[in-house]
Amino acid sequence: MIKERHLNIFVLGLLIFVPIFAYWNDQPFTITLMTRAVIFAIAAVGLNLALGIGGFISFGHAAFFGLGGYVMGILAWHSQNYVTLVEWPILIEGTKSMPIIWIITIAASALLAAIIGMISLKTTGVYFIMITLAFAQMMYYFSTSWSAYGGEDGLSIYVRNNFPGLNTLDPIQFFSICCVILLIVLFFMGRLIKSPFGLALNASRQSRQRIEAVGFDFHKLQLTAFILSGAITGLSGALFADLNRFVSPSMFSWQLSGEFIVFIIIGGVGRLFGPVIGALIFVWLEHLIGGISDYWHIFLGFILLAIVLFGKGGITGLLCQKDAQHE
Amino acid sequence: MSNPILEANKLCKTFGSLVAVQDVSIDIHKDEIHAVIGPNGAGKSTLISQICGSLSSDKGSVFLLGRDITNLPTEKRASLGIGRTFQISALAKEDTVLENAILGSVGASGKHWRFFNPVLKNSILRDEAESCLELVGLKDLINLKTATLSHGQLRLLEVAIALTLKPKVFIMDEPMAGLGSDGTKQLTEFLDKLRERAPILLVEHDMDAVFALANRITVLDYGRVIASDNASSIKKDPEVQKAYLGEG
Repeated sequence: MIKERHLNIFVLGLLIFVPIFAYWNDQPFTITLMTRAVIFAIAAVGLNLALGIGGFISFGHAAFFGLGGYVMGILAWHSQNYVTLVEWPILIEGTKSMPIIWIITIAASALLAAIIGMISLKTTGVYFIMITLAFAQMMYYFSTSWSAYGGEDGLSIYVRNNFPGLNTLDPIQFFSICCVILLIVLFFMGRLIKSPFGLALNASRQSRQRIEAVGFDFHKLQLTAFILSGAITGLSGALFADLNRFVSPSMFSWQLSGEFIVFIIIGGVGRLFGPVIGALIFVWLEHLIGGISDYWHIFLGFILLAIVLFGKGGITGLLCQKDAQHE
Repeated sequence: MSNPILEANKLCKTFGSLVAVQDVSIDIHKDEIHAVIGPNGAGKSTLISQICGSLSSDKGSVFLLGRDITNLPTEKRASLGIGRTFQISALAKEDTVLENAILGSVGASGKHWRFFNPVLKNSILRDEAESCLELVGLKDLINLKTATLSHGQLRLLEVAIALTLKPKVFIMDEPMAGLGSDGTKQLTEFLDKLRERAPILLVEHDMDAVFALANRITVLDYGRVIASDNASSIKKDPEVQKAYLGEG
């Protein structure tokens, strides 16, 4: 058995050295694949706060992922086509600057999460799952019918957005941006889990009575977690759209919401690095087995089945039995 | 007589056609243990839930230190000074004993919205939690996962968390339930001293413990108060004996 911390360090090493190795061997595709995994990891780390720590299963996190994509897409589209975004009451132009896009994305996703959360968190269990799914589907159909921004065809962005001092079109440089963001998110998430807020959120999953008896507002706790969770997933959506230089309604699809949950289950629910491990495994399986057969999801199904049956804590739980949480 | 710390006036609660609690008034004064007894289904747990806020009352009012808390949610009542322990332990079982206790210190400190600094490294909160665990005798178990504790230890942890809240009044729902005779004896001795910190509203089935501890006793039957007096008078009350003590 290994310690969870050692596994995390190993995963970090993989994240950093595989792309560097690919760079030396001139394999840009591998770098792009790793970038994809890193972006999915950010999305799932966000979801893990709500699902793993808070214990409310959102089946609609694609709403934030897609919103992030569209915030980036719309801002960049206006910029590349020299069309002003808003003319009245103040003049707002589109932008190709990544940091500005990220800030707007985080704000917009947090706002959307606040609205969805305020309504959805009144319910629990399967109703919560369904209501979050419903919100994501609303976003999906709204985006397909919004013809100003491509409707079903989506928006193409010709050139990747800018980051001061970097050439973002270079795969290894764009990977570095995404990877640093993942590391920052993981750092803050690690602190958050151990903070008073994290302790309370973790306890609220296990006993609502307990948390209220010591004076915490259960709903505020959940809503705050949901907003943070949505904001992180939203940010990853902006990066994903930038990676593909394309955004379409499929970023709102329920399959994607489900995949985020799958990442977490594979890696380990509620574990800091669980979603990262899950996203890495998913993306590589998709590439390796997906190359052999179009029906690679069957194999994914078997893996999921095995994990759910034999190790509740996902890969992390299987490898780090000692820390595993036995109920 | 001084003003009561906690006062409930004519509380009522019905579930459909079932009258669970009817016009129940109860008060708790400084330094006392006020026990509530009654057969199963007499409305004891409902009464506690109404006082603590997990159930709303159809009628009546609750005052804590003269302040009307009837319409406040549970968490507000807790932060104003109601320290509750549960009949069926409500604990974060996957967390350690210390984490459970420190949750109480965080709750009582009012610093709920801290997102960055590790709570276990906060020496003020940690000392607070550890001293409360030491009081109930769980100091040696602080790093154990709560799920591995024995039933009796879980009950003690419940009490320790209530202690971290520095409540104005303790409300204990059957703290002795499921304890062995040694455990009951220990907890009885502990509660005896605890009343000096804050008075206790004690719901309990163990009659020996009740008569050893209670200054006053209120007897409920079918949701109504059938007697409320000091412990020695209650023991002699014929109606009480008929309704409850005789059966037991």
